[in-house]
Amino acid sequence: MKKKKHLLPLFMAGAMALSAGFTSPAVQAAEPLKIGMITTLSGGGASLGIDIRDGFMLGLKMKDGKLGGVETQVIEVDDARKVGNAKQIATRMIKQDDVDIVTGIVWSNLAMAVVPSVTRAGKFYISPNAGPSALAGKKCHENYFNVAWQNDNLHEAAGQYVTDKGLKNVYLMAPNYPAGKDAIAGFKRFYKGDVAGEVYTKLGQVDYAAELANLRAAKPDAVYFFLPGGMGINFVKQYSQAGLNAETPLFGPAFSFDEGILKAVGDAAVGVYNTSQWNKDIDNPANTSFVKAFKETYGRNPSLYASQGYDAALLIDSAVASVGGDLSDDGKFRDALRKAEFDSVRGDFKFGSNQHPVQDIYVRVVHKDGDIVTNKIVSKVFSAHQDAYATECKL
Amino acid sequence: MLTIELFFEQSLNGLQQGVMLFLMAAGLTLVFGIMHLINLAHGSLYMIGAYVAASVTQASDSFVLGILAALGAAGLTGMLLEFSALRRLYNRDHLDQVLATFGMILFFNELVKILWGPQALFLSTPELLSGTLEFIPGAPYPSYRLFIIGAGLIVALLLRHLIIHTRVGMLIRAGATHREMVGALGVNIDQLYTIVFGIGAMLAGLAGALAGPMLAVEVGMGEKILILTFVVIIIGGIGSVRGALVGALLVGMVDTYGRAFLPTIMRELLDPASADTVAASMSSVAIYVLMAVVLIWKPRGLFQAYGS
Repeated sequence: MKKKKHLLPLFMAGAMALSAGFTSPAVQAAEPLKIGMITTLSGGGASLGIDIRDGFMLGLKMKDGKLGGVETQVIEVDDARKVGNAKQIATRMIKQDDVDIVTGIVWSNLAMAVVPSVTRAGKFYISPNAGPSALAGKKCHENYFNVAWQNDNLHEAAGQYVTDKGLKNVYLMAPNYPAGKDAIAGFKRFYKGDVAGEVYTKLGQVDYAAELANLRAAKPDAVYFFLPGGMGINFVKQYSQAGLNAETPLFGPAFSFDEGILKAVGDAAVGVYNTSQWNKDIDNPANTSFVKAFKETYGRNPSLYASQGYDAALLIDSAVASVGGDLSDDGKFRDALRKAEFDSVRGDFKFGSNQHPVQDIYVRVVHKDGDIVTNKIVSKVFSAHQDAYATECKL
Repeated sequence: MLTIELFFEQSLNGLQQGVMLFLMAAGLTLVFGIMHLINLAHGSLYMIGAYVAASVTQASDSFVLGILAALGAAGLTGMLLEFSALRRLYNRDHLDQVLATFGMILFFNELVKILWGPQALFLSTPELLSGTLEFIPGAPYPSYRLFIIGAGLIVALLLRHLIIHTRVGMLIRAGATHREMVGALGVNIDQLYTIVFGIGAMLAGLAGALAGPMLAVEVGMGEKILILTFVVIIIGGIGSVRGALVGALLVGMVDTYGRAFLPTIMRELLDPASADTVAASMSSVAIYVLMAVVLIWKPRGLFQAYGS
């Protein structure tokens, strides 16, 4: 009891000092820009969220902590890849923290759960990764912008490239969940040959021996697979151990061959073709300075996820600057975002009518640069490619 | 299109998956059967085995050293875990144990992330085992998978010898059923439990090290195999190592055959689009159907633990 009495005034004084400390700068300076970043920083798939966050923070750092000249505060919360967490965090950010913009989500199922509630509350959502078809089509929203891609884009490019190469009998593999089915649908939209086999594996599967034996027996010309994260590492290692990479070329989207994954797969991935909207060897000043700064700051090569996080920061920067730091008029800010007047690290970039990117897509090959296994661009597959759902969006 | 060769190859795959599951299940079933402890953190020991094997192999260029280091690291971590925390849970109910060991999963996942970073580690196949052997005509089989089958079967034999023919094994069997009596005879039961836990942890570490060259060495890799492992020990009978072996092989075979042949079978019955989806869903529940069938037939699993 006695102790409590002594402590109480201390707490009071502390609380007063703290609240004074927090409120006084706001009186002096203009309202800071508040950005809520919900992303995956722990558990499986954390490397993707960390890359997005690091890319975004690098963008902010290069603008001296001020996007569009306004003091910027980033509230960063880990969703641990769980839909429930992401929804809770979003609600807190909207109601309690009163953020201006939400960004950061990696996974499509989380985006589907969070984005509508963010836009409904009158806030802006800038997607640095997930681009589910529904949000690009019928459920598109004037406050939702995707600065990465629509989910199908990279698969469509792979379909086109495989067709261009004259491969006529392709084996398809993806996990049995919505993004897996979208991937195969996207591939088939541009692929003109026959399908040697179409296999849906369990989400999170670790061993592919059974599938690989069937695959070999089907004797395809090529294999196209979409197995993001750890599933892709498992598959590529086992594909190589089975001696299949000498017989049958492997194609995939960039998601299975980012820098982190290549480090874990090693030589087994050499020679694999993958499609991407970005690579670190794209030659433009924005990209050169991004790649250099990222390596200096974090001591590793940036991945496409990092490039998307970085572009998200630059997009916000350009729009905030364009309205002179005044976010009170949503309409003006929205128009400024639509213009996308920033130097994207991927080169030419603009938004389509559904506020998803219209951009070039490349095919890269995994090769060995000295001791490091990494990607280089082979050719451009699509120029100014737009997603297939834009026509369904009534914006 | 089912040929004899393909069937044989898929059987080998099933055997290999079963052996891998056995290494995990043997330790879990010993701990579950003897100490009545549900240890969800068993998968974390598997992860530690894989991470240590990857780091040591990379540093020393020797996969053998990597495996030995993994055995040591997982065994020590296991014993430390038992001594410092799990020991207090033996007399608590299962829900407390689940909660506490689930907390340990989170702890170990974050610890590994702090020590090694969030990105997956690289562990290459040892040079000697990186090729394929074509003893089935037209279906070259990865030598590394054959190596796993061999290693797993040797471990099974060693474990059998340990439990049936050694003093420690005798005490393990006795301690499972007559704990107080063994204690009254002057055996240090606490110490015995720590040793048993250490053996289980080493087996999990070995499984992790062996899995490393085939799988992604990443945070959370243990949870993926843990669920299957629980299915194995429930089918095999909790506490029985023989049951763990039979259960593991059954689960490995059923899972592999399901994934390998259900799509072909379903395509005979349905149109291709729905056949693929139905087959994928059916093969992922196949082992749970197996578990249900076994439990209806033998509610306590295929084999009984020693004496009970």
